[in-house]
Amino acid sequence: MNSIATEQISTLKISIYRYDPDTGNKPFMQEMDIDIPSDKDIMVLDALHLAKEQDPSISFRRSCREGVCGSDGMNINGKNGLGCITPLSEVVKKNKLEIRPLPGLPVVKDLIVDMTQFVDQYKKIRPYLISDKEDNGKEIPQTVEDRDKLDGLYECILCGCCSTACPSFWWNPDKFLGPAALLQAYRFISDSRDTAREERLDQLEDAFSVFRCHGIMNCVSVCPKGLNPTKAINEIKKMLVKRAL
Amino acid sequence: MAMNGNGKALDANSLPVKEYDGIIIGGGGSGLMSSLQLAQSGMNTAVISKVFPTRSHTVSAQGGITCAIASADPNDDWRWHMYDTVKGSDFIGDQDSIEYMCQEGPATVFELENMGLPFSRTEEGKIYQRAFGGQSKDYGKGGQAERTCAAADRTGHALLHTLYQANVKAGTNFLSEWFAVDLVLNSENQATGVIAFEIESGEAYFLKAKATVLATGGAGRIYKSTTNALINTGDGTGMALRAGLAVQDMEMWQFHPTGIHGAGTLVTEGCRGEGGYLINKDGERFMERYAPNAKDLASRDVVARSMMLEIIEGRGCGPEADHCFLKLDHLGADLLHKRLPGITELSKTFAGIDPAEHPIPVVPTCHYAMGGIPTNVNGQVITQKADGSDSLVEGLYAAGEAACVSVHGGNRLGGNSLLDLVVFGRSAGLHIEESFKQGIDIKDPSKEDINKALRNINRVNISSDGENASVIKKDLQEIMQTSFGVFRREDNMESGIKVIEEIRARAESLHLADKSSRFNTARIEALELLNLLEVAEATAISANERKESRGAHSRDDFPDRDDENWLKHSIYFKGNKEISKRDVNFRPKIVQAFQPFARTY
Ligand SMILES: Cc1cc2nc3c(=O)[nH]c(=O)nc-3n(C[C@H](O)[C@H](O)[C@H](O)COP(=O)(O)OP(=O)(O)OC[C@H]3O[C@@H](n4cnc5c(N)ncnc54)[C@H](O)[C@@H]3O)c2cc1C
Ligand code: SF4
Ligand code: SF4
Repeated sequence: MNSIATEQISTLKISIYRYDPDTGNKPFMQEMDIDIPSDKDIMVLDALHLAKEQDPSISFRRSCREGVCGSDGMNINGKNGLGCITPLSEVVKKNKLEIRPLPGLPVVKDLIVDMTQFVDQYKKIRPYLISDKEDNGKEIPQTVEDRDKLDGLYECILCGCCSTACPSFWWNPDKFLGPAALLQAYRFISDSRDTAREERLDQLEDAFSVFRCHGIMNCVSVCPKGLNPTKAINEIKKMLVKRAL
Repeated sequence: MAMNGNGKALDANSLPVKEYDGIIIGGGGSGLMSSLQLAQSGMNTAVISKVFPTRSHTVSAQGGITCAIASADPNDDWRWHMYDTVKGSDFIGDQDSIEYMCQEGPATVFELENMGLPFSRTEEGKIYQRAFGGQSKDYGKGGQAERTCAAADRTGHALLHTLYQANVKAGTNFLSEWFAVDLVLNSENQATGVIAFEIESGEAYFLKAKATVLATGGAGRIYKSTTNALINTGDGTGMALRAGLAVQDMEMWQFHPTGIHGAGTLVTEGCRGEGGYLINKDGERFMERYAPNAKDLASRDVVARSMMLEIIEGRGCGPEADHCFLKLDHLGADLLHKRLPGITELSKTFAGIDPAEHPIPVVPTCHYAMGGIPTNVNGQVITQKADGSDSLVEGLYAAGEAACVSVHGGNRLGGNSLLDLVVFGRSAGLHIEESFKQGIDIKDPSKEDINKALRNINRVNISSDGENASVIKKDLQEIMQTSFGVFRREDNMESGIKVIEEIRARAESLHLADKSSRFNTARIEALELLNLLEVAEATAISANERKESRGAHSRDDFPDRDDENWLKHSIYFKGNKEISKRDVNFRPKIVQAFQPFARTY
């Protein structure tokens, strides 16, 4: 954030989840008042930086501050989102802002969760192009229409907002792959250049990998990139059903 | 175990060691290209990154990767790309490196595509290429070229995720969320690895290696207003300087014409490549006056200066007359949706504007470091001996924005950084592989060598009194912004240098109040500040010393280029804070060297 050059200031009550397992203390919500500009909107991440100026020990991840690196997924007044592109005007209610870590994953410290589970699920779907075409030193041709099929899929930033909002993911994290990984599974299934479609579908065929999704759509409503994992999951289900017939 | 925390100092005697053949510091485009090469060679390597690799700043790159793959124009030629790059560099780019990059480029881009990179496509099913600034056909004689390969306006995201995926496939070993502190050099000035700690636990290690690659990215956060991520703090450059090594051309900072006013976030030059243009408060397309041929697609330094002149002369936009407008609405919502979807999103979020309807408020914003750690085409780090000759630092490599193989010289052309990352990330990997085959002989460091590398972090760990790093950082960014911006002048720079000296004194005694071990982001920010400070001071002193205007370095008091004295790289060491010169390479292997001429667009 650029420092705030403004005259008009108002006070916001911010409440931040704090936890450091090393101290032996239980998690608690830290309440603070921060001064924010009243004549312009700032982002939740900016508000966190203002809080951190008061208490430098508050820990959260952040990097690009423009919604492309996926570091700062967090639970903001009850809803998952990216701190850096969520304006206060969208989420603050009754002058209150409550920030918690993404739900359903172990907390490392404060707003920082352990993403190992999430990344492992991503790795399980073999998130890379598999092609048996021989490398001829040129591009593999792809039509504009085939390339269009990847739009809405490849843009995922692995922020984890969707999977950690998904009840099926909370309950079966070891078996259900979760919306983010499934979206990427569908990204490679849909790529005209990939030659491993059948193997990929084989891998997803068991009762849990895909079918634990009950279409609750939590994932869609929180994705900060406007992606639609539910739709991708449904497409995979359709393909599996069609194959079985 | 050696914990960061509890106010105690770390010591070589109790520091655990992890040993590798090679370690790569950085999981951005350059680091991941090196690691891919090494993983495929079966060596015992690790990539260490202070953020999960796909969170590295390469993910933010928008417009594309420039390369003569002859998709938009079947007659395109890597030599034309080379000519543009040499001219763009204002002739202090090394021509052996530029030649290597432009010639090797196409094979590397096709390889990325084969790895799965979802490039946009042409009607013939080839990789889509768009126009970018400073691009020409036929050595400047054939008009505007379209040479930048793009995945919509999310090329960096597509590239970084693809490289990460390829590394997952290849089984690369990641130390994700580890922070590198300082290089360990032995008595023979060979690199033997790095001190680093696992951020989650706070446990510190000596990561010992026969080859160490610095791929730590940019340092745009030395300025108050920048397009760079918050993590772009020049850590590798700081490490090199503290290890007594040279840095090169640090005065050369690119100010990108179109940072969103007030937010600093970038909108790609690809906007102008797709037909957008800049206007002043009178609605005039002013670039027609400054660059009659290339107009809005002149080189970035030229466009940024023109915008600043419009603002200084009172033709800026907005209530403070302090920015310009980028007009895109005439392109139509369809094209914006297809080719510039990310830009549309960013403008809505950060400027509250839909570019399909209104122009975007933009201002030149610090974007890219052309300077950095000098290397040869193999990524081997070069330092300068007392007599002014080059010497290689054995065991040490650098690649990407942290390095200065000098393909960008005084001004980088758009899309050339991503190409630089993958070409030289690869060449460093190849050289390490080859060296291992030949056998590398690196002497073990002594306890004192290791303790030397622990000095900086220990100072922070045992600090008991002083200012908070974030306060000092703000002052540093402020002075860099006011004294070392687009236009520079001696008196202003000299007072800036004095302020930086004072800031250094404050930073020497900064206070880390929170001494906890686990995921202590305050500790990281304190260490990052010390790196920013090294980069800022190197920039300031180099800028004051280069008494001419060239590329992005523009001085009111020396408005002309001075080839007689300054057709040279500048070299800076932290020790004596003095500048020396180094020859620019004019010996490409295949083509004839391009000789300097007046640079107009
Ligand atoms: C907004 C924006 C748009 C851009 N668009 C384009 C474009 O379209 N085309 C183009 O060619 N260029 C573009 N650039 C420039 C280009 O993106 C960068 O120069 C390039 O991505 C840098 O890559 P890198 O591999 O050198 O470093 P980065 O991608 O920045 O990676 C640095 C890595 O080093 C690690 N690291 C740093 N310090 C430490 C430490 N102390 N310990 C451990 N790890 C550390 C980080 O974790 C990270 O993994 C753009 C730049 C910006 C800012
Ligand atoms: S739609 Fe499926 S994946 Fe998405 S939240 Fe609901 S159960 Fe989870
Ligand atoms: S699908 Fe959306 S919410 Fe889920 S990880 Fe990707 S970007 Fe984040």
